[in-house]
Order: sequence, then structure tokens, then C-alpha cells
Amino acid sequence: MADLTLRRALPADRERVLRWLQEYGVYAGVALLLLVNIAFTPHFLSAENFRTQAVQVAPVVIVALGMALAIGSEGVDLSVGSVMALSTSLVALYMGYGPWIALIVAIVGGAAVGLANGSLIAFIGVQPIVATLALMVGARGLALVLLPQLEDIRDPGMATLGSGEFAGVPYVVLIAVALALVVAFVVRRTTFGRQLLAIGDSRPAAKLAGLPVRRVLIVVYVVCGVLAAVAGFLATARLSASDPTSLGSLMELSAITAVVVGGTPLTGGRVRIGGTVAGAVLIQLLTATLIKHDLEPSWTQIAQAVVIILAVYAARERGKR
Amino acid sequence: MTVVKDEPVAVAYGPEEPAGSGRGERLSALAQQHGALVALIAIAAVASLSFDSFATTGNIENMAVSSAFLAIVALGMTFVIITGGIDLSVGSVFVLGGVLAAWGSRHGTLVALLLPLAVCGLFGLVNGLLIARLRLAPFIVTLAAMLGARGVMLSITDEGADTYLVAEGSFFADLGQGKLLGIGVPVWITAALFVAGGVLLRRTRFGQHVYAVGGNEDAAALMGAPVARTKTLVYTLNGLLAGFAGALNAAWLDSGVTILGYGMELEAIAAVVIGGTLLSGGMGFVGGSLVGVLLLKVIQNVINQIGSLDSAYQQVVSGGFLVVVVIAQTWLARRRRAP
Repeated sequence: MADLTLRRALPADRERVLRWLQEYGVYAGVALLLLVNIAFTPHFLSAENFRTQAVQVAPVVIVALGMALAIGSEGVDLSVGSVMALSTSLVALYMGYGPWIALIVAIVGGAAVGLANGSLIAFIGVQPIVATLALMVGARGLALVLLPQLEDIRDPGMATLGSGEFAGVPYVVLIAVALALVVAFVVRRTTFGRQLLAIGDSRPAAKLAGLPVRRVLIVVYVVCGVLAAVAGFLATARLSASDPTSLGSLMELSAITAVVVGGTPLTGGRVRIGGTVAGAVLIQLLTATLIKHDLEPSWTQIAQAVVIILAVYAARERGKR
Repeated sequence: MTVVKDEPVAVAYGPEEPAGSGRGERLSALAQQHGALVALIAIAAVASLSFDSFATTGNIENMAVSSAFLAIVALGMTFVIITGGIDLSVGSVFVLGGVLAAWGSRHGTLVALLLPLAVCGLFGLVNGLLIARLRLAPFIVTLAAMLGARGVMLSITDEGADTYLVAEGSFFADLGQGKLLGIGVPVWITAALFVAGGVLLRRTRFGQHVYAVGGNEDAAALMGAPVARTKTLVYTLNGLLAGFAGALNAAWLDSGVTILGYGMELEAIAAVVIGGTLLSGGMGFVGGSLVGVLLLKVIQNVINQIGSLDSAYQQVVSGGFLVVVVIAQTWLARRRRAP
């Protein structure tokens, strides 16, 4: 959007500070929170505590990876929380055939929602926020139609996946890290990644340059749906229960927050995977810090709101060229 | 009527002057504007023939009053969407308004009304200033406000554990529960607000600015429209209306219920879009949003009447319905934009 108001030229110092904040602010924030906690929070420095925090943040990271791709393409996916719910319902229904079949069915379900999102956006030209809003309502409803109430999952394989660990690191965390590495590689090193960023930068230009815009957009939303489904599967394993009513609720907000706080501009064209992971960790640490110091959980929501505004403000000067 | 973004002058006059040349174009314009009304009449007719319990006075009254609160929220959302923006915080602001009103009712009706209006208006104002002055994305600003407003609500109710009841026998409760000529007071208030909203949008300078800003912000600025002030006012108005709807709802329910409002922003956006307002901004009208709310409520009511279908199906049907409407709208808009 062209800016008609005469924008004051930024003093060089301020520009440099903002740029630094956008690039590294999230890492500085994480480091700061860690230091504050080490200094002031009793029992913070324990392997047990770190493990708990990491396990809690893992599903957010996985969902946020897909969200980063959607936002990088100048879109957004509001349906990810509902896809987690759909995933957990499908897992409960197909657990009888074993965890692998349940996982595959859940992934197919997530991919189907992503395909619907992507088709509405790429072929019909519906705005991403509206298309994924419709699927958000629909997918949560479908999840509840399939599984009307909470159901316990009693499967030894799922229990191992949910609470087991390798070399002291929980499986769930390992999976999140592996997925983050794969997505970072795809964004940085593959043709698909370059096409995605070009489309996010300017869709008309990408179209003129002959890029397969529709195919890329559909893949983005399918990947988003699949990652949300995987997160739903892992959350089910960790909780040993399927709860389509509450699983994934407000997850879209957490994921968008992680992506934005991590320095990915909402205007598309750039994706920062390391920042996204750090953004999720930052929000998790902030919540944990406030709770450990006996502030009511409601204050964490207010704090999260302030962090979002600050992050977007820092990013705004350098959104798009 | 032209919705094209590069013709802000035509847009500024709103939807009732069709400038389309072809007959097909005029028909698709009509379909986009009044398709929801046709659907509403058709569904209501079929439902009253199919279910004896649908067209009863009690059921219609119930639908009207329960639609009123969402309709007031959708009214403010219409203004926001016409400017090309969006407000995701209305559900939280609605609940906050309800809790504040119920708490305030023990100090009299005036406090019960003014307190939520002041606080919720402030939320709207801050949204508006961040969006208009700092040029932050409406989507993300109001998302933060959604978290913030719910956080404030939870902190004043001790994490939702405290429920404030509306003071017994107060005039404030009558606002929600009273009747005038056999029709619930909230319905009258909603009707009055929609008339006022329609006049504001169609007959005032401010209304013209709202259309102009949504049609083409840069052109509106060049024409001398106060873009930032218009946007700030629109979000403030939206906060006020959402807070007021919450207060009215608390008067109706006799208490500020802390678990309401989840997904209300989506329902309001859906109603506005179904009512023919384009999410890309620049066109729309408040009457359509009212029809959109009624359509959503009638569909929910019909699903309830079928009985065997539970609320989960309501969501599937609402989501599917929204998809159909959005596809139709996008298709119609594109058809009319083509030369």
C-alpha cells in the first residue's frame, strides 16, 4: 500500500535500533527472560523444568512452522486449531487399527482441510483470512460430530511417544526440532522456498514471472494442515486422551504470535524459521515466568497482547520495500 | 453499482445507485446485495411449513431477542469492514462489557451503562489509534486486543470464578427483560441502533468518508477525507457497540457470564459478509448485516428443531454455508469487475 502521508525520514540511529530489534529482538527477549528466571525464580535451573517447558512448547512450534509458510505467502491460516481438534477425533476413531494408521488418517484429514483452504484461496481468489475462517468453524464442527466427547486413549505406543525420551530429550521435542530443520531447509535451499517468498513479496509479479502460483499456494496450505494434524496427534499422545472440544483452541493465535514475534512480516515475502521457534519459546517463557511469580494467568494474556503489539511495531518500519 | 477500487467517487455514494450497464450485471449486483434476504425468506418459509414449532410467537420472540445482541455487534463490524479493516476483539469486548455492566448495576443503571461503554470504548479507541496512526495491521492489533480484553475480564472476575449478578429490581434489568408493545426491549434498541447506523453511514459526511476510505484509501486522502480520524472513530464506535451489546446481554441474563463471546467475532464477520458487505472494503450496508444475523440465527434454530442434529452440526453447516456465500460473493464481484 502506497504511503501518501509524508513520512518523516527516520533518524539513522532509530532505524538501526528497529532493524536490530526485528532481526534479533526475539533472541534477546528469550535470553533476557532466561536470565531473569535464573536470578529470581526458585527451582528454575533444573532439567525437569526445562523438559516440561520444552514439551509444552513443541506443538506450538510445529503449528507455527506451517503458519510461517502461510504468512510468508502473504496469507494466514486460522483453521490450524480446528485441524488439531479434527486430528485428535480421527486418532480416537482409528486407534483400533494401531497408532500408525491413526496418524496416517489424521494427516489425510489435515491435508484435506489444507487442500480446501488452498483451493479457495488459489483458484477462487477468496481472501485467506475468510477462507480459513470458514474452515475453522467447519473443521471444529466436524471434529465434534466425529467424536462428541472426550475419550481416553489407551495405547502403549502412544504412551511411549507422549512421555518417552531419547538421551534425555522427549520425543515430542525431537520431532519439533526435526520438523523445524526440514522447514528451514525448504525455505532457504529449495526452488519451492524461493517461489513461496516471491509470491509473498508480490503475487502479480510472481504470476507475470511465470511461477506456478496456484500450486505453491495449495502446497503451503496443505503443509499447514498436515503440520497442525501432526501437532494434534502428538498432543493426543501426550494427554493420553482425545478432547476435540478444547484441543487446539486459540492455537491459531499462539502460532501467529510466535511467527510475528519471530520477525516474519505479516506482509509476506520473508520467512524466519529460527525466529518463529524462538518466538514460541519466548511466549512460553513469558507465561511460565508470570505464573511462577504468582500472577494470575489472565495477566499472561495481557502480557502476550503487549508483546504482539511491540513486535508488530518493531517490524512495521521494514515490512515491504 | 460499481465496487471497483479505482472508482472511489462512485463508491462514496453507497450501494443504492446501480451504475451497471448490462442487465446481467444488474442482476448479479442484486444477487450480491439481496441474496441473503431471499435465502432468509425461503428458509423461514420452508421451516414454518415443516415444523409446527417454528412459526410460533414464542419461538420468533426468542430468536429476535437472541439475535439482537449479535446484531448490535455486527452493526459496528459493518462499519469496520467497509473501511477495509477487521476487528477480532469484539467477542472479548462483549464479555468484558457484560461483566462490567453486571458489576456496575449495584451502583445504579447509569453506572451499569456508562462503565462498560467507557472501558470498551477505550479498547476501541486504542485499536483505532494503533491502526490509523501507527499503521499497524488491523488483524493483528485487534487480535492482541482480543487477548487483552479477555485478560482484563478474567482478572476482574478472579479467573472467571466470580460471577456478578445484576442488582435485583433495577431498571437496568428491564432494559434486557422488559417488553414494549409485546416486543422485547433489546429488539427495539437494536432496531433504533440500526436506523441510526444506516443514517450515519448513508446520510452523513462521516459515512461518505467511511466508504471512501474503504474504496481507496490513497484517493480518499487526496480528496481531503480525514483517513486516520475516520478509521479511529470507526474502531471506537465498534468497541462502544460491542460493549453495549454485552451490557444489554448481561441485563437479559441477569449476570455477566464470563464464558460467552468465544467465536462471536467470527459470527459477526460471517453475518456482515453474508449480508453483502465486501471484505475488501468500500461497499456494504447495515441492513444486509441485520439480514445476515437473522439468517444465521434461523439456520441455527432450524438445526435445533431437527433435534437429532446437535450443535456440532450447526458449526459444520455454518462453516459450509459461509464457504458457499464467500465463493458466490467472490465470483459475483469478479464478474462485475470484468469489462
